[in-house]
Amino acid sequence: MTLEIILFIFFAGTAAVTSVIMITRSNVVIAALFLILNFGSLAGLYLLLNAQFLAVTQVIVYAGAIMVLFLFVIMLLKPEHEKTVSKIPGMKIFSFAIAFMVFVQLAYLIFFASQSKNISQNVEASINAGTIETIGTELFTNYILPFEAAGFLLLAATIGALILAKRKIE
Amino acid sequence: MSVPMEYYLILSAFMFIVGVAGVLTRRNAIVVFMSVELMLNSANLSLITFSSFMGNPVGQLFVFFVMTVAAAEAAVGLAIIIALFRNKLTLNIDEINILKW
Repeated sequence: MTLEIILFIFFAGTAAVTSVIMITRSNVVIAALFLILNFGSLAGLYLLLNAQFLAVTQVIVYAGAIMVLFLFVIMLLKPEHEKTVSKIPGMKIFSFAIAFMVFVQLAYLIFFASQSKNISQNVEASINAGTIETIGTELFTNYILPFEAAGFLLLAATIGALILAKRKIE
Repeated sequence: MSVPMEYYLILSAFMFIVGVAGVLTRRNAIVVFMSVELMLNSANLSLITFSSFMGNPVGQLFVFFVMTVAAAEAAVGLAIIIALFRNKLTLNIDEINILKW
């Protein structure tokens, strides 16, 4: 076993287990903390896939900024432990059955109907694609318009969040 | 790279399905929102896998934009949740039904 396989098993196992724990805890704070762990292990997987810039961005934006926002809102609202009973009876069994069926279909597609067997990874190109240099060049030449639009989107979201969360709109 | 592509994709599919199950079963609005974030991240993992295995940086650019939109979505969504909690004093999505008729 090479180091890469060991790291993949470690990060993938962490991501899978923490995602399941996240949706099964009734305490919201614990769920949020496990989601942070999940995002952290995803950053490790991105590093294994040679996407260095996105691994760092994942830690800063997702595990840092977005989850801090979530934890702040949880702290502000202090939600009570939810009652597990849904209004629709049998909803839980139904949704798990649906999820399981879809997962089996996806697994079948990925393993047996896949065209991806023809893809052999070119390590050189893969490493080159993930560097901040390549992404920055693409971002400021071919994708400059979406980049500016993303800036406007963030500004609009900031103003919208401020207005929505204000106590009274004059 | 010694880990084949299928394993990354199956992990991504598993996380997406867990997110779907979370949205369907949980009643707390914040947990539902966190499950949506989980689904976004599993899609990101798929995009980065394809991008890395094909040596094409465009998939990673797309993930960058998805992250931007996710940050904006989290800010606005949490503001909506705060506004809802102020009006209804609950986070249970079964009781938040003011848009139903």
